[in-house]
Amino acid sequence: MYKYDQYDQSIVDSRVEEFRDQVARRLSGALSEDQFKPLRLMNGLYLQLHAYMLRVAVPYGTLDGRQMRMLGHIARKYDRGYGHFTTRQNIQYNWIKLEDAPEILADLATVEMHAIQTSGNCIRNISSDQYAGAAADEVADPRPWAELLRQWSSFHPEFSYLPRKFKIAVIAADEDRAAMRLHDIGIQLVERDRELGGRIFVGGGMGRTPMVAPEIKDFIGADDLLSYVEACLRVYNRYGRRDNIYKARIKILIHELGADEYRRQVEEEFKLVKALGIDPPKAEFDRITAFFAPPAFDAAASDAIDRSDPDFAVWLDQNVKAHKQPGYAIVNISLKPVGGIPGDATAEQIELMADLAERYAFDELRVTHAQNIVLPHVRKADLYAVWQALDAAGLAPANLDLISDIIACPGLDYCSLANARSIPIAQKIATRFADLGRQRELGELKLKISGCINACGHHHAGHIGILGVDKKGTENYQLLLGGSGAEDASLARITGPGFDEDGIVDAVETVTNVYLGARESGERFLDTYRRVGMEPFKEALYG
Amino acid sequence: MGDLLRFRDDEAHDEPAVTLDAFLGQTNATAVRVESGDDVRALIPHLGQIALIEVSFPKFRDGRGYSSGRILREAGYTGELRAAGDVLVDQVPLMRRCGFDSFAPEAEIDAATLEASLARYEHVYQTAADGAVPVWKLRHG
Repeated sequence: MYKYDQYDQSIVDSRVEEFRDQVARRLSGALSEDQFKPLRLMNGLYLQLHAYMLRVAVPYGTLDGRQMRMLGHIARKYDRGYGHFTTRQNIQYNWIKLEDAPEILADLATVEMHAIQTSGNCIRNISSDQYAGAAADEVADPRPWAELLRQWSSFHPEFSYLPRKFKIAVIAADEDRAAMRLHDIGIQLVERDRELGGRIFVGGGMGRTPMVAPEIKDFIGADDLLSYVEACLRVYNRYGRRDNIYKARIKILIHELGADEYRRQVEEEFKLVKALGIDPPKAEFDRITAFFAPPAFDAAASDAIDRSDPDFAVWLDQNVKAHKQPGYAIVNISLKPVGGIPGDATAEQIELMADLAERYAFDELRVTHAQNIVLPHVRKADLYAVWQALDAAGLAPANLDLISDIIACPGLDYCSLANARSIPIAQKIATRFADLGRQRELGELKLKISGCINACGHHHAGHIGILGVDKKGTENYQLLLGGSGAEDASLARITGPGFDEDGIVDAVETVTNVYLGARESGERFLDTYRRVGMEPFKEALYG
Repeated sequence: MGDLLRFRDDEAHDEPAVTLDAFLGQTNATAVRVESGDDVRALIPHLGQIALIEVSFPKFRDGRGYSSGRILREAGYTGELRAAGDVLVDQVPLMRRCGFDSFAPEAEIDAATLEASLARYEHVYQTAADGAVPVWKLRHG
């Protein structure tokens, strides 16, 4: 994985000092809260309902054991002993004191980490496929492209006060594990005439106006990438709406202009920008790529796995995925125990995962957009030992992609924007479906919960989505069906009138029963919904 | 109104700036004021006669002026480029990178804070309008 040189370290160290100075000016009163807000936000510091929340960047979701251990240290020293992994492959801490924030950043900088641009109206953490470098179906590792974009976007002088936040994802396989087309810019690496390039999608997003991004460019080489993306951003920065915060994302601009007109403007801008020489030379791309060379796999590693422990076998079938290297596997660590808070991990669990990565996974971990953790390169011969260690720490729920593997936003328990709680709904649904045999019978079922229309819980992209709203002072939950954040991206539709807290759990059970009754061989919930349509579900819910 | 901050050696231009529309209508003016929604590319044919372009920042959150500044410098403008309005000390380093070389902030900017702020970052990741050498160039000579 990428390692800082003296330049990267110098920039991150400068940021720590800058933020220390900004906090001091805020505490002295030299900065008003209004003036401080965009500065702290660009460092991932939010003021929540009860305390400050600090969001730490995990660039493209990749980190090593030393960095993971630091995340545990911060949870223990500055928070209440746990952290919360997010849908943008970051981690956030919910109980931070403003005075501590500079020290936390200084601690992070010692392990090449930071909180730069994890919030604010700027280019956010670049996200990617959690199986990068391990998946058999990728044309290349997408992370060198993501790192190139990370450096280019860090403190970008022109794009630090955009109309609204800006999220970029890079993937390199046809199977989309990063919800690429629901980003402001989604890039899919493809091969053409034996050359690697990116298909560029612009203008996707969730929020109150969800949109799947249209393709804006069919192929752009690495040597033109930054110029092209710069052109995309410049058109947005100049013409994106600033009169209404809810219409300020790039998806609205592209929707209003039309994809063809936006593309035309970007192409014109690209011609001008390309002449400026802002693209690094191939040597820089090669330098970055070298950091992502495959680890020293054991070519003699065996594919044999002893499945005699039945609990291990269930976990193996559900949470372990094929690796491109014979004798190795990808391990998914579910942070979704029944009754738990989706994405939460204690300091001890974080440290254990760091240990396991160092011992068994070439010192690498990934954070997934589904709020789980991945050990990307584990020898099949070590899987049982890894499972035993995870199981002892409560980290082996065998529920990857099942109904209890829920994405949920923090909701009204933490968030000042929320209209309703999300976490208790996730807990109640997971508890209702606690029986693993029943979950496995239901098969792949992505359930996503947001506590307000900002859609941080990705409810538009859920096979089953739940949206919490405020209805005359009480929490009410709308049910949505048929969304997908994968390569078959689609937006979920609302079934009808909402439900109260217990009613929504019953409603989820009702729609799963409709599915079980209607499905044909091999169909997932989503497939059946797409075939039979909304009516049978509505009939069962409201008939 | 804060003091005018200049990072140029020449004398400050004292002709009052006219609006973009007025400038385009009577092209003998030498100072122009650009609102944040204006398209500065309209000025490109006339850059040789302009000594001062003032770009308005009505609210510090309105970042359109950063693009305006870079576009003017990219087009070869060498005259004074002034950021005027809700310009805060933490934004000046970014504005400098976008080609601004004078500042007319609404509220006074503390000189010591500004000096520290401008000196803080030894390195930058991108090529922009200020001539700073991006780290990829330092890495590869």
